[in-house]
Amino acid sequence: MKKNIWINLGFQAGAFLLALLITTLILIFAGAPPLKAYGSILSGAFGSQKNLIAVLISWSPLLLTTAGVLITFAAGLWNIGIEGQMTLGAIFATWGLRLFQDTNVSPALIIAIGLLFGMAGGALWAALAGALKTFGGVNEIFGGLGLNFVATALTIYLVFGPWKRPGVGSMSGTKPFDEKLWLSTLPGTALSPWGIGLSILAVIVVFILLRGTYFGLKLKAVGKNMRSAFMLGVPTWQYSMFAFLLCGAFAGLAGAIQVEAVYHRLLPNISNGYGFLGLLVAMLINYQAIWVIPIAFFFAALNVGSIQLQIVHKMDSSFAGVLQDLLVLLILLGQGARERLLKKA
Amino acid sequence: MDNVILIGLAGVLAAAAPVLFAVVGETITERAGVINLSLNGTILLSAMSGFAAAYKTQSLLVGFLVGMLVGAIVAFVVAFGSIALRQSQVAIGFVLALTARDLAYFLGVPYMNVPGPTLPGLPLPLLKDIPVLGTLFFRQNAITYLSFLLILAAWIWLFRTRPGLMLQGVGERPAAAFVRGANVNRLRYLYTIIGGAIAGLAGPAYTLSIKPGWMGTQTGLDGVGWIALAITIFGGWNPWRGALGAYLFALLQWLGLVLQPNLPNIPSQVLQVAPFPLMILTLLLVNVGDAEWVQRWLASMPDKTRRLAVKALRAMRASPPAALGTTFERD
Amino acid sequence: MKVELRNIHKRFGKVHASNDIALTIPAGTIQGILGENGAGKSTLMKILSGFIQADSGEILLDDRQVSIKSPADAIQLGIGMLHQDPLDFPPMRLVDNFLLGHAGGLFPNHKEVAWDIQKLNAQFGFALDPEAYVDSLTVGERQQLEILRLLWLGARVLILDEPTTGISASQKTKLFETLRKLAEQGKTIIFVSHKLEDVDVLCHKVAVLTAGKLMGEMNPPFDQKKLVELMFGKEISLGERYSAAAEGATLTLRDLAVEDARLQLSNVNLELRAGEVVGLAGMEGSGQGLFIRACCGLLRPVHGKVTLNHLDLTGKSYHVYKQNGATFLPASRMEEGLVPGLTLTEHFILAEETQGVFINQERGLVLAEERIRSFNIRGTPTSVVESLSGGNQQRALLALLRTPLSLILLEHPTRGLDIESAIYIWGKLKERCKQGSSIVFASSDLEELLQYSDRVIVFYSGKSTPPLDARSLTAGKLGELIGGAGWDEWETEQSA
Repeated sequence: MKKNIWINLGFQAGAFLLALLITTLILIFAGAPPLKAYGSILSGAFGSQKNLIAVLISWSPLLLTTAGVLITFAAGLWNIGIEGQMTLGAIFATWGLRLFQDTNVSPALIIAIGLLFGMAGGALWAALAGALKTFGGVNEIFGGLGLNFVATALTIYLVFGPWKRPGVGSMSGTKPFDEKLWLSTLPGTALSPWGIGLSILAVIVVFILLRGTYFGLKLKAVGKNMRSAFMLGVPTWQYSMFAFLLCGAFAGLAGAIQVEAVYHRLLPNISNGYGFLGLLVAMLINYQAIWVIPIAFFFAALNVGSIQLQIVHKMDSSFAGVLQDLLVLLILLGQGARERLLKKA
Repeated sequence: MDNVILIGLAGVLAAAAPVLFAVVGETITERAGVINLSLNGTILLSAMSGFAAAYKTQSLLVGFLVGMLVGAIVAFVVAFGSIALRQSQVAIGFVLALTARDLAYFLGVPYMNVPGPTLPGLPLPLLKDIPVLGTLFFRQNAITYLSFLLILAAWIWLFRTRPGLMLQGVGERPAAAFVRGANVNRLRYLYTIIGGAIAGLAGPAYTLSIKPGWMGTQTGLDGVGWIALAITIFGGWNPWRGALGAYLFALLQWLGLVLQPNLPNIPSQVLQVAPFPLMILTLLLVNVGDAEWVQRWLASMPDKTRRLAVKALRAMRASPPAALGTTFERD
Repeated sequence: MKVELRNIHKRFGKVHASNDIALTIPAGTIQGILGENGAGKSTLMKILSGFIQADSGEILLDDRQVSIKSPADAIQLGIGMLHQDPLDFPPMRLVDNFLLGHAGGLFPNHKEVAWDIQKLNAQFGFALDPEAYVDSLTVGERQQLEILRLLWLGARVLILDEPTTGISASQKTKLFETLRKLAEQGKTIIFVSHKLEDVDVLCHKVAVLTAGKLMGEMNPPFDQKKLVELMFGKEISLGERYSAAAEGATLTLRDLAVEDARLQLSNVNLELRAGEVVGLAGMEGSGQGLFIRACCGLLRPVHGKVTLNHLDLTGKSYHVYKQNGATFLPASRMEEGLVPGLTLTEHFILAEETQGVFINQERGLVLAEERIRSFNIRGTPTSVVESLSGGNQQRALLALLRTPLSLILLEHPTRGLDIESAIYIWGKLKERCKQGSSIVFASSDLEELLQYSDRVIVFYSGKSTPPLDARSLTAGKLGELIGGAGWDEWETEQSA
């Protein structure tokens, strides 16, 4: 047993080093001095207070999307539609704010309504993917992907159509909301303690849900073997739907926070890949909720740090993505290699 | 006016070519029982590297070959991860979709917005002068002709040749194929790689022909691969029906552009994505016949209506190769 | 072609599936291979057809030693196997099925092949349309297709695995006719079955397998009683039996009719008393699966009424039955019973009533330890279920049952278990009966059926006997009924 843990750790370290080696080779191939490049990523992420705050800002939505997909993964579902769910969260939050911004409802309440609207929007979009799967036989991967595109189209329609800024619509989004409707942030930054707090809370909720509740246990049973779960008395399709709804609500909250704390308006592409990144984080941590917080932080740091790469070395910031993707890919392949090795031994 | 429409439709046939490569490639892969979910990344990476190679060597042929090579390599990783290492095809494919995409954007920087070679038109003598058909089919370029041929070739291979029958067998019932002498896993490797190589033509078909040049994230190819995967299902794993899906998709996008001036209130980007809700709808129609509630509902219908409904559903239904996504191990 | 097996051994882990098998089959013979489920028939045939390789032993064809490494090798040597579920490709056309795997040029000549099929059709009196799709055929026709295909590929030895399951009586007659014709042509037929009746009318020679060993061979006329003895052991000695049956019905079935794509079962009536055990006998797939699933809402009856504890539950779902005290433990433990990846403790928590939102882990652990002890499960509370042995998985499934229960349905409760586990499990089940639970179980083990049932219902291709008093049954009589003989007294009743 103990030996297995070491082998496991060895393979993970090996996968990490191999990913690093490959990205280094890629950097050399692209003509960048690797050490300097890694250095600028580090300083880009942690070099100044401003950078660190940027890391924290992108950490928050990533925590939420990862927490969400941990639930759908537990139920055995591939919720690729999470990008769209986050987008719908942003749209609904904007809608909520717009509905009440000219009334005399207190701003704090409007902000809360916006967040709730966002969660409802995300859940609604997820429910669509869930219903397509449960009642229409459409695989959640394809249903979700299609809905992602529809969500993007909807955003663009709103930004250029009914919600366009006075004058002419533009890719820079709707007219910013009045400052009183902003989620309170640290002075001079877009970092909202509320946003971070809610995101960490979401991770804790998911951790407890999956570890200590009947709901989580039943969800896992459905995810691992639907037939047996049914025979044990679990209402299976209802639990799949619950998983979608919850995940969608988390993603929607992430979208709402982007609107209320970071951009103060609705923009095209507001989900910015956080949903897919959440799927990657979940795979990397082998679906163990306990690792979400540090690994999501690491990924957020890579994302922010690689912007420096773009500024200093004129390299594309997608380098962070390359490193993240390769890491997950090699961890997956390493898992397979390990299982094969242990089986033979 | 007629002429404008005709040229537009000829443009649709050309614009559909890359999607068609991806769809036919994926159809072949999935027929062998493997899902290659990495298509979106494959297309972007082959688009960038195909363009880069053609730019450096000033050879279009090299560009297309490099695109195929990239597709084959990505597909090999999918096959290796799922067959040899027994990891989920979906997980490996999804991660590769992102890896290849990010690699394309990262490595493509030096080639952004540089003028590269583009595929010249190649009107076929005599044939091009046939009224209507000549404009539609015979004033295209080489890669579009190749896309026409590919539909036919893939169909013949799948349904008319001995190895094609075995390919169907491997994806349908590996145990039965094994009993008939197939080396199931070797064939799966082979067809995954071939399918990937064909899909790898899609990228250069964009950057060297339809949307010449590489513009990083502005190239506008992100998403095409996911659509191709959906069209593969819509196509019922048949090259003809898949091609029909690809053409419908291109037609809708074209209509979006054409109708744009008449609908000033709708931003162009919205019409561009019009095919997606339609895609979901078609997937629903293709799959819904198998859902439990539909079966129950059908059972409660009067006989005559039921027979009609069953017939309609069956006509639309597309059942995947029965062993799609599963692993095969000899007892 | 003459087939000779010498000292064939094959082990799967601890199981000795083929134990020193020696058998000689002259050309032109129809050789029957009889044996119960798990007796090692399939293993032996898979070895001969190249699907798997023996650990040791020799195979000789026409006195020449051969090595068969794959099914392709086997057919090259002239050995073709027809699997119980024909290994064909349902969504493809017959011609394509024929062609698939046939060596030749890139473009096969469909017309020629279709013509060949027609010629073979004519030879055996079949009516297969080469252009039809396989999924439009019945199981019997799919068998015909496979037989023709194997002959077309040059098979001189034909192995048939349980070919009479799932086909109609007229198709069976046709099949037997064909096999006799082939034997006359000098082909060797190996007919694997557990149906005495079929072997009796068809075979020239029978070999009986039990637990991986060749128990004996017999030439016609076959003594059915002796064959049953060979199949089920020398003599079935029943232990002490007792009944806990009391007054009052738990489950009542009235004129029940259920069906699936293959089989129809109708006119079933049963009044199950509290504490009673009813055994369901029959070859696999004779209707007992339909019956048991109809008793717990997993299959909606097309006709009739199901009453549980005086509640009419006809057409209700399994979960409603479960809430009313019924539970079903299917034969496939890891597919429809346990959840791989979850621990024993998690299973016990899942199976109990949900209490609040949070799981009381401590109580779960206590529960698990107590159940593990009282059911003698070799495992720890944190063992994942797939790490347990079959016997321990079955004990775990029983340990999951809630108390009280009014109806327990089981499929093959002791299949694959050692004797000690089997006795233990029945001890636990009988305890349940004393507490008032009724039990319905399907089994292919005659001894188990006779030992533990109060009444037995026998199934044979969709027909069922009324519940028979187990005390009035003998192993011989039961074996006959299972094999399809001696049904006359109910035939008239059923058709009336």
